[in-house]
Amino acid sequence: MAESVEMVQLLSADGVMQSGATAEEYLPYIEKLSDDELRQFHRDMVVIRRFDVEAANLQRQGQLGLWVPSMGQEAAQVGSARAARDHDHIFPAYREHAVAMVRGVDVLGIIGLLRGTTHGGWNPAESKNFHLYTLVIASQTLHATGYAMGIALDGLHATGDPDKDEAVIVYFGDGATSQGDLNEALVFAASYQTPQVFFLQNNHWAISVPVSVQSRVPLVQRASGFGIPGVQVDGNDVLASFAVTAKNLDEARSGAGPRFIEALTYRVGAHTSSDDPTKYRTDAELQSWIARDPITRFETWLRSRGEGDAFFAAVDEEAEDFAADIRTRTHELGTPSIDKMFDHVYSDPHPVTAAQKQWLEDYEASMGSDS
Amino acid sequence: MSEKLITNTDAPHHAGSRDGEAPRPARKAAGTAELPLAKAINAGLRKAMGDDSKVLLMGEDIGPLGGVFRVTEGLQAEFGEKRVLDTPLAESGIIGTAIGLAMRGYRPVCEIQFDGFIFPGFDQITSQLAKMTNRHEGQVQMPVVIRVPYGGHIGAVEHHQESPEAYFAHTPGLRLVSPSTPNDAYWMIQEACRSNDPVMFFEPKSRYWHKGPVDLTGSAAPLHASRVVRTGSEVTLVGHGAMVTVLLQAAELAAAEGTSVEVIDLRSLSPIDYSPIIASVRKTGRLIVASEAPGFVSVSSEIAATVTEAAFYSLEAPVLRVSGFDAPFPPAGLETIYLPDADRVLEAVDRAMAY
Repeated sequence: MAESVEMVQLLSADGVMQSGATAEEYLPYIEKLSDDELRQFHRDMVVIRRFDVEAANLQRQGQLGLWVPSMGQEAAQVGSARAARDHDHIFPAYREHAVAMVRGVDVLGIIGLLRGTTHGGWNPAESKNFHLYTLVIASQTLHATGYAMGIALDGLHATGDPDKDEAVIVYFGDGATSQGDLNEALVFAASYQTPQVFFLQNNHWAISVPVSVQSRVPLVQRASGFGIPGVQVDGNDVLASFAVTAKNLDEARSGAGPRFIEALTYRVGAHTSSDDPTKYRTDAELQSWIARDPITRFETWLRSRGEGDAFFAAVDEEAEDFAADIRTRTHELGTPSIDKMFDHVYSDPHPVTAAQKQWLEDYEASMGSDS
Repeated sequence: MSEKLITNTDAPHHAGSRDGEAPRPARKAAGTAELPLAKAINAGLRKAMGDDSKVLLMGEDIGPLGGVFRVTEGLQAEFGEKRVLDTPLAESGIIGTAIGLAMRGYRPVCEIQFDGFIFPGFDQITSQLAKMTNRHEGQVQMPVVIRVPYGGHIGAVEHHQESPEAYFAHTPGLRLVSPSTPNDAYWMIQEACRSNDPVMFFEPKSRYWHKGPVDLTGSAAPLHASRVVRTGSEVTLVGHGAMVTVLLQAAELAAAEGTSVEVIDLRSLSPIDYSPIIASVRKTGRLIVASEAPGFVSVSSEIAATVTEAAFYSLEAPVLRVSGFDAPFPPAGLETIYLPDADRVLEAVDRAMAY
């Protein structure tokens, strides 16, 4: 029943640049990248993986209530995030740590979410429009679509000037494809021809349920049923992820309507630190994906172009420093203020939250004097 | 919990009824129009859209058709398809995209076609819309209005006559209001559009076709103020939406039997303006809260509990509730049995007086 789908790949699993018609279509996007920009892809992936390891350790040491590992998905995230323009808006799910970092978020905010100091963690308006994590699966796809409808109503796409035209990219996983909200978002996006890219990270597992339970066909094929062009990309290939996203974002911003990208990748870690993937998947499957690791592959290619040990050692050191800084600042995260509970339930003054805040302050004061 | 916790002392209230079943002279003072409630909302929306170009309407069938109740009639022709969006048939999609539009700086007014069809949008309303400002620690506002035609008395099929207010009143982050008169409908929809928080605007659909005077040149009463609509001395009746008409009928009948009844129109279900209610109960000593919704864990239950806490020593009788039954809204052939009428209210008045 499932038809074969051509997956865009520019770097093979062993780090060799591909040729052929499909590659030729996307290579111009790579040829425009400077050496520094290519090095930055590697730096992004290595630093965020080290962050991910550090956060997992912090969870095991009792410093975080939970951790949500991103290991294995670095190329899909870094490639797509680097393809977005600064004025684009990005709506993540909750595993997009690399995207957050690329957009300039202080990822200590993610630590705060999982340490219980905040439900937010950053201000999207000050984070290159990287919106807050959304934990209810697929809910954010509708927010992204509404935002993109707003861009269209404002006339800030299809102006002919890609430096001015705005677009939205929304991240979600294979599990989200079964949710009503994603399907409604695709309907609305198609109806209003929003300047928007739907970016599916198919990491093959929705906690313990394999993607085969979510869909009998390659998920990218869903897009055409909504009248939305779709493309499948090797999500462990940072160059392909970059090029495919850049092309589709620019098509969307130019007024061509929404686009759908399925990035094939793999959640190397558990769903969260509460999960035990050995209960539902085989080690052979895991190893087959580790053999397609995004960082190793890209490093191989960079070395083949002449990048030397010094660069890779410097990046590793930078990652160590980054992790050490996160560790230090995690310990410094205090208890959130009680104000946080009351002050922003409403934007306008509200008698109930105001009175309950006052009551709690009086109550706390009545308890605290002799302790 | 102390009285100060629940009393909205900032909100003034206004005495004097404009509604009721009694025929009134066709008063046409300058700046006053005699409008049915649906047309009053239409006029209020037109005013809100004219005042603020960021206000836009979205919903099913609200464009050329003007909505199944014609509340948005003519607005797409007047303001265009970019201000009045006929959406795909998906309630979660309507609310979810409204959230994104609000993030972009728009002030969407969503129409949910019927009360019973709001539940496909429940997650987006309660888990997303209501929490978005809090999640952003105040850095994002959610000026979204959700209009919901609600309640019975129209003889409709299943899912078309319900009163789901309590589900939403239970959710912090939402504001809930319900006008009972055309004048309130005209002003309250404009105030809802001006709110920087989500407002659920419950429209008593059985009142859509009833006319009343609308003061087009006055000013808005505070959105969250309750209002004494009939003064009395022995029993206080509280209700909202279409129930206010029933309470006024009951008050008239009670007066004929020699009992003086005060009637309060809640207008706002979250927050609730308790000042006029508590002041009234201190005077009458008896409170009856009425609604079409099932009584279990209802807005009426909340009012009963709070007034008991706040005015215990003023009460001559337990606070009584008159409500729909705790059964699914029945087939329309039984709706007059299910929905509280003036007689059911009077039965409660008699019980309160006998205590």
